[in-house]
Amino acid sequence: WTSDTSFKTELLGLYGLLICYNSEDIRCKCICPPYRDVEGQIYKQNVSLKDCNCLHVVEPMPVDGKDVEAYCLRCECKYEERSSGTIKVTIIIYLSILGLLLLYMVYLTMVEPMLKRRLFGHSQLIQSDDDVVGDQQPFANAHNVLSRSHSRPNMLNKVEHAQQRWRRQVQEQRKSVFDRHVVLS
Amino acid sequence: MEEEDAAADPYLPYDGGGDTIPLQEIPRRGSNYAMSNGGGAASSTTHLLDFLEEPIPGVGTYDDFHTIDWVREKCKDRERHRKINSKKKESAWEFTKSLYDAWSGWLVVTLTGLASGALAGLIDIAADWMNDLKEGVCLSAMWFNHEQCCWTSNETTFAERDKCPQWKSWAELILGQAEGPGSYIMNYFMYIYWALSFAFLAVCLVKVFAPYACGSGIPEIKTILSGFIIRGYLGKWTLMIKTITLVLAVASGLSLGKEGPLVHVACCCGNIFSYLFPKYSKNEAKKREVLSAASAAGVSVAFGAPIGGVLFSLEEVSYYFPLKTLWRSFFAALVAAFVLRSINPFGNSRLVLFYVEYHTPWYLFELIPFILLGVFGGLWGAFFIRANIAWCRRRKSTRFGKYPVLEVILVAAITAVVAFPNPYTRQNTSELIKELFTDCGPLESSQLCQYRSQMNGSTAYTDNPNQPAEPGVYSAMWQLCLALIFKIIMTIFTFGLKVPSGLFIPSMAIGAIAGRIVGIAMEQLAYYHHDWFLFKEWCEVGADCITPGLYAMVGAAACLGGVTRMTVSLVVIVFELTGGLEYIVPLMAAVMTSKWVGDAFGREGIYEAHIRLNGYPFLDAKEEFTHTTLARDVMRPRNSDPPLAVLTQDDLTVEELQAVINETSYNGFPVIVSKESQRLVGFALRRDITIAIENARRKQEGIMLNSRVYFTQHAPTLPADSPRPLKLRSILDMSPFTVTDHTPMEIVVDIFRKLGLRQCLVTHNGRLLGIITKKDILRHMAQMADQDPESIMFN
Repeated sequence: WTSDTSFKTELLGLYGLLICYNSEDIRCKCICPPYRDVEGQIYKQNVSLKDCNCLHVVEPMPVDGKDVEAYCLRCECKYEERSSGTIKVTIIIYLSILGLLLLYMVYLTMVEPMLKRRLFGHSQLIQSDDDVVGDQQPFANAHNVLSRSHSRPNMLNKVEHAQQRWRRQVQEQRKSVFDRHVVLS
Repeated sequence: MEEEDAAADPYLPYDGGGDTIPLQEIPRRGSNYAMSNGGGAASSTTHLLDFLEEPIPGVGTYDDFHTIDWVREKCKDRERHRKINSKKKESAWEFTKSLYDAWSGWLVVTLTGLASGALAGLIDIAADWMNDLKEGVCLSAMWFNHEQCCWTSNETTFAERDKCPQWKSWAELILGQAEGPGSYIMNYFMYIYWALSFAFLAVCLVKVFAPYACGSGIPEIKTILSGFIIRGYLGKWTLMIKTITLVLAVASGLSLGKEGPLVHVACCCGNIFSYLFPKYSKNEAKKREVLSAASAAGVSVAFGAPIGGVLFSLEEVSYYFPLKTLWRSFFAALVAAFVLRSINPFGNSRLVLFYVEYHTPWYLFELIPFILLGVFGGLWGAFFIRANIAWCRRRKSTRFGKYPVLEVILVAAITAVVAFPNPYTRQNTSELIKELFTDCGPLESSQLCQYRSQMNGSTAYTDNPNQPAEPGVYSAMWQLCLALIFKIIMTIFTFGLKVPSGLFIPSMAIGAIAGRIVGIAMEQLAYYHHDWFLFKEWCEVGADCITPGLYAMVGAAACLGGVTRMTVSLVVIVFELTGGLEYIVPLMAAVMTSKWVGDAFGREGIYEAHIRLNGYPFLDAKEEFTHTTLARDVMRPRNSDPPLAVLTQDDLTVEELQAVINETSYNGFPVIVSKESQRLVGFALRRDITIAIENARRKQEGIMLNSRVYFTQHAPTLPADSPRPLKLRSILDMSPFTVTDHTPMEIVVDIFRKLGLRQCLVTHNGRLLGIITKKDILRHMAQMADQDPESIMFN
């Protein structure tokens, strides 16, 4: 019985940690304009919605008893909440994707040509880097279309094949956008 | 036939490297067209015999940079629907499949809305954070931007509300001191450094991974929705790179917004999800319904304006907008707005970016400055369109465009260097707009309101709100004027860079600045001359008469309307953005004025102008064709051209057919009965013919170069020793659209627009005479408008 409840509290604690529920994520912000000889102030406290009014938030009260009501009438109090956990998770996801893309970009532009040159020699480098302009024969394209049914059982070959196709696509896109200025002026 | 410049059109044989052509079975076209041809018994036998033949994989798909055939796609969809409905009663499984088919539309749209909302939340949060990264870091929690970092701090004095101990500017971190000329220079330097590195990263990512991710995206989406195919434009890599680099581009301080790219992002989501459902992945017309709904979701999350998003999709982006799409768009916008709200990026549970909280009434005499703001908006819109198109044209045709990375870095450097000293341009453009829209309240932060929040011992602020302007306001006005000029100039060079760039926020900023200047001027006028007739009628001394924030709002709407020429959707977006429902009439007045003034200088908005610049085959539904030419003036072949390339229905051999295809570059060929009679049988597309011949070569035995090709139902009589003939009837379109040569071009253009045709055959006395294609019509319209007809590039 006791181990069961302690296990549950552990789980709850872990869950809370994961979500990073922060009691600081709510606040009540009261803006009080200048009154007589008191300057304009901003007061913040993390109280819930029902307590979000001048009397609970403005501490210490700068004016005396009978002026409190007049002072509080001018103050505007607003309840705000945010989710800091969401912000943290989002930024971390974004930065990790950005980092991965940067690494891949460095690999594609610098590391891979160096590796290929070292492994395969100069001649094959030219062949693999050449722009695949595509046959001018219309029937060769149809040949391409219909030969997709060949399925290579090897996983690595498939990945390599897909990557080659993707790179050809990107090269074509790059040519039409950057070189020929045909699309997307 | 369409004459392509064979040298300038290598797209035709090479399949742009786009998605693979699905090899699954597609419904045959022969059966549809036999039925629509109005046959009785003949059609049923055709149907039966066609059923025995195998469908050819790959037929019915389109090449990259070509236009789809709307009629064919719609027929295919109806056929599929009929088939599913007829099998519905057979078993429970079939019934479930029919239910799934009916509901798959809603499912796609829901998924699209969810994905768009989630991505928009990610972009908003990341952009806010990275923007403040140029200023400094939050030491206690690195993922917070300036506002979030100081959220819980307890500084009570108004003057210190922005300085909390956890937020450190770069000068403080590096030099150790927060004030002084040294730290100013250090801040300046770090600002420029971060701006340049963000811009450089953005353009590198775009160039290496997804070149289609640059620009706004709305002109290309408009063209895609009218039936054009750009493979890869709405793909996975484009989506990812556009999302990531949009954040970087916005954070680098360039004069751009993220609304247009968000529409592109949403359409990418729509396209990707539509591939999960065969109903949408195989039919290009149905896919465009999903894309219309997705663009509504995109605008909805960009502005927090779901209804405005639907109207934007209707008015600006979509080409065909049936009632079903209206419902789907509404639903997509709703789901996306809901997801964004639950992510809650702005910390105030509101979607609305620029919420205005004043409800002071506006007076009739204020319509004059509102209309003046409308005129300003129209003038600026016309000027911007001309300047931007001229600059983009220069970028396209001269050596300027050879160095995109350098160009982006240069523009980012100039922007950062000029923007830092002026506090109005240093901050995020959205924050600037918010500050300009907000009217002066009890404790106002901006310099613009200094004369309001002046307190002097016992004089409380309510005594005389219309104060004479303090020096603070004059310096603010100077800075605002400089900011206006700066933004006007930089946006011209920024829109069209090779990073994702939108136009809405910069135009709204320009309008808001102009509006606020006019508003403050009016306010001062009301104060100094409160005994004039106008002000005496409506303005009491001591009452808050003029709200400059309202002028800023009206100015923003006018400038946005002047550049995009939107009307209803713009008014709805602006009042959904601001919550100011009382101000619909001034908004409408300003938007109408700016549209009229802008149209006086040129009928196109910025997106249509970019479409024309790129030569996309977009037949604008808003323009009217008013010339009196006839079909025979536009059709091809003209007098000087070679004769029409036709195929006879059972005379050709495979070798001759291949020769025709290799020697010409036309997209399709009419099929006639015989050369003597010239009577029309149908129309065959080049791509379908090539695929069919290749397929026959592999699958069927005995097809040789001198085999006869026949498009008829039954093979022609051949001598006994001839090789096996090739039947190509299944790829023939038996119901091509025809007009006579005396049909007025107004009617022909109307037919093309309403039906979404690609080509139309011209007959004379029942005999085939020529062909009109969409490209010919666009060239003809360009010629009639004295523009360069050779600029139409695609077909």
